[in-house]
Amino acid sequence: MSSRSKEELAELALTEQEYRRIIDLLDREPNDLELGIFSALWSEHCGYKHSKPLLRLLPSSGPRVLSELGQENAGAVDIGDGLAVVFKIESHNHPSAVEPLQGAATGVGGIVRDILAMGARPIALLNSLRFGPLDDPNNRHLFNGVVGGISWYGNCIGVPDVGGEIAFSNSYSGNPLVNALCVGLVESERLVSATVGDQGNLLILTGSATGRDGIHGASTLASRTFESDEEMRPTVQVGNPFLEKVLIEACLEAAASGHLVGLQDLGAAGLSGSTIEAADRGQRGIRIDVGRVHRREDAMSPYEVMLSESQERMLLVVKPESKDKITAILEKWDLPWVVLGESEEGRRARIFESGVPVADLPVQALTEPMLYRLEGVPSREAEEAAAYPLHSLPLPNSSPTQVLLNLLESPNIASRESVYRQYDTQVQTNTVLTPGAADAALIRIKGTNKGLALATDGNGRYCWLDPFVGGAIAVAEASRNVSCVGAEPVALTDCLNFGNPERPEIYHQLEQGIRGMAEACRVLNLPVVSGNVSLYNETRGDAIFPTPIVGALGLTQNVDRRAGTGFRQPGHLVVLLGASTIDASAEALAGSEYLEGCHNLIAGRPSIDLDLEAKVQALCRHAISEGLLASAHDCSDGGLAVAIAESCILGGLGFTANFNIEGRWDAALFGETQSRIVISLPPQNLPRLQALANDANVPIVNLGKVSGDTITLPGPIKLPLQDAASIWQNALPNALS
Amino acid sequence: MTPLPNNTLSASQPASPTPTLPQDAKKFGIVVFPGSWSDGDCHHALGNVLQQDARYLWHKETSFSNVDCIILPGGFSYGDYLRPGAIARLSPVMAAVARFANNGGLVLGICNGFQMLCEAGLLPGVLMRNNHLEFRCQWTNLLVEQADTPFTNACTEGQVLHVPISHGEGSYYADDETLDTLESNGQVLFRYCTPEGKVTPESNPNGSLNNIAGITNKNGNVLGMMPHPERCCEEIMGGIDGLSIFGSIIQSLSGK
Repeated sequence: MSSRSKEELAELALTEQEYRRIIDLLDREPNDLELGIFSALWSEHCGYKHSKPLLRLLPSSGPRVLSELGQENAGAVDIGDGLAVVFKIESHNHPSAVEPLQGAATGVGGIVRDILAMGARPIALLNSLRFGPLDDPNNRHLFNGVVGGISWYGNCIGVPDVGGEIAFSNSYSGNPLVNALCVGLVESERLVSATVGDQGNLLILTGSATGRDGIHGASTLASRTFESDEEMRPTVQVGNPFLEKVLIEACLEAAASGHLVGLQDLGAAGLSGSTIEAADRGQRGIRIDVGRVHRREDAMSPYEVMLSESQERMLLVVKPESKDKITAILEKWDLPWVVLGESEEGRRARIFESGVPVADLPVQALTEPMLYRLEGVPSREAEEAAAYPLHSLPLPNSSPTQVLLNLLESPNIASRESVYRQYDTQVQTNTVLTPGAADAALIRIKGTNKGLALATDGNGRYCWLDPFVGGAIAVAEASRNVSCVGAEPVALTDCLNFGNPERPEIYHQLEQGIRGMAEACRVLNLPVVSGNVSLYNETRGDAIFPTPIVGALGLTQNVDRRAGTGFRQPGHLVVLLGASTIDASAEALAGSEYLEGCHNLIAGRPSIDLDLEAKVQALCRHAISEGLLASAHDCSDGGLAVAIAESCILGGLGFTANFNIEGRWDAALFGETQSRIVISLPPQNLPRLQALANDANVPIVNLGKVSGDTITLPGPIKLPLQDAASIWQNALPNALS
Repeated sequence: MTPLPNNTLSASQPASPTPTLPQDAKKFGIVVFPGSWSDGDCHHALGNVLQQDARYLWHKETSFSNVDCIILPGGFSYGDYLRPGAIARLSPVMAAVARFANNGGLVLGICNGFQMLCEAGLLPGVLMRNNHLEFRCQWTNLLVEQADTPFTNACTEGQVLHVPISHGEGSYYADDETLDTLESNGQVLFRYCTPEGKVTPESNPNGSLNNIAGITNKNGNVLGMMPHPERCCEEIMGGIDGLSIFGSIIQSLSGK
């Protein structure tokens, strides 16, 4: 019955079943353009056909939530004072694998426009990056390209890059993860919807001219696996950050004028995605003419115009009587514009080329793809690794001091300063805690005493060993990072990076990862307000570690009460929140950096007590809000010894321990038991902290004292601060050279 | 001078309550080019922190009046296409800025503004790509070489200011003759140095000749500097040494 071959459909990431469904919906065969539009909107990237049923498991509402997951281009959260924070994280993994500089740059550009489409001024960027080991020249090429792309684009648009994280693992070799998060600020009453509104409104396209770049980026690049990078290069878009900066100012001025009905960015699936999604939100139809689109190349077909993913374009919806007011603003900023068409009654997307009809499609059918609920099966390899008997693992031959040095030198732990200094971290003059200075970035909100804390997290090793627990830990740790600077976590955004979900073991990872995240969200009382799914992260049959990245937004009412990572003063006491003893059991080593770095082993089953997690975070925030703490740093990669060493290095101060190890020294020093925070405080504040901890029923234990210029720990470890600092600071530049 | 309609640049960034300006507030005109991004930061530092009369000047303006000091802000004007500042200098407003400068008006070019001043010939030399070829955003130390200028009269000679940079093309270059003239005229105002005030190769973040971070014209009324004083005017931003530079300008204008 089908006139299209299976191969032809596979090129468009469509199945024969989906094609039959399209014929049923249209009551005829689609033409090439119509099929191309279905392909783009039904892709995983736009339509979430494998993930949508699972995403519904995530809590998405709450008293502060103004725009929920999936409603608009980004989530919006009420922070009081009539202000809303808009934020979202999005992947640009596949384009970055093909062309790292432009891939990463346009990833930043795309997420910024998502925030802009809400009428919000972009005020901060974060990046969560994953690469293969740097001893491989291709991974170094990808790393340098991605960092260069973020630096080039982000610096030009005047939005500070305030944080994020970077990790390395074999599983990302050739398939880097580039997740960009953008935060925006807007007066709540000025939030804009990406809708066409009523019938008869005009659709104005502005920004860059449309070219042949990025055609079918959503469906072919982001929604299936690919063998050869080279064949995909033309599907990667090219960025123009200057134009983006102008678009930001012009669109904000248009939004502030009060004459905008709707505002929508052109992202995945280009003009098709933006116009049809806006029509769907308005429950209207659209009539547009591609002949009017200003182009940068000759002889483009309607297919190419509708599916181009040329960057830096926005769609503005206005009432006819407001057109002149809006176009005057665009012209003031020297932006070209065209009236593309209008919204109309009925729910059809009618597309013309210079008056000749070229496509006629039902809007709703396009935005409601076939959804798949598959059966997942645990990966046997991962199950075996998780069941590994850690207690039988011999202690290493290296000394504890040497192990600590090795960990500080690990690219997963070493200082990221050589990266951050390439990003403008201060523009807009709001950045209170800059990258590397604390577990989360902290930006103030001018005109108030409030601050926003931001962090991203996600550990692929944990998720591979136990997707449910790994997903829960990603939520817990992102939230903990925000709590460590003194802010209350209020909402999350997530980017789900997984392999091909059509494979049962990958689907299992996806489902369990989301279920674990959902469980942690419930316990920590956090809604997920926005996000993105990046599936098919596989190269030549090997999937990446399942890597859900969680971005946490925290709010503090008093930005002056905050904590950074570094110790502040000799004589301060160092205390561990969340434990009454130092966990020295072999289980603490599950999935740890130490286990992989020192034993070349990814094994064990990570665990987390979410109730304890919630209480520990609350205690930390409370103590900071009372001004009791001088520093706070969570125990994560590298465990307690690395956390203490980092606080020493950043503070330029030594540490002397007064605890003993009862059990394995490697587990005590380098185990990654969750829900623990290393804090320091003046001795006179200890009784109050102890009282708060008792009230909150949170165990705490004294670790020692800030003193001297040596890191002294049981094990024994005796490491001059200078040696630790030098190896930690130079490791990443050395690995790259 | 026409302020931007709707105060665009702060439209969505909630501003602090409009301060009641002191009677002797000085009038600062901050030029907005497409691609400028420290215009808003300068406006905040001058208007909200220092309580001065800060206004935006659109790049298409051909003239302005009633301005005490012009600020050319940082950013990537016109995308830095061709060369940083090369297109901005052709903007209508730049002819008016040149007239203002030639009449003795105070002009401060920060970062991209410094690049524009060099491109426009209001300052000698050029800013080239950083010698390590990377963008750098970091705190630097600046040795104040001259304290008897409109931009540094609140400082002392030999004082070290802590001010951040944020640029990819800030390596100052001029031919030997120009450099000699700059040095002998005392036109070098700021040099990158160590926290103790030593001018060393290690304290130079971009390869600038003679560690130059900021220079004036011969008459001393035009200053170009790569570091961003507007980023360090409040303790919460990590330092307040930018106040010394803006404070000097205000003091010098008050003395007129």
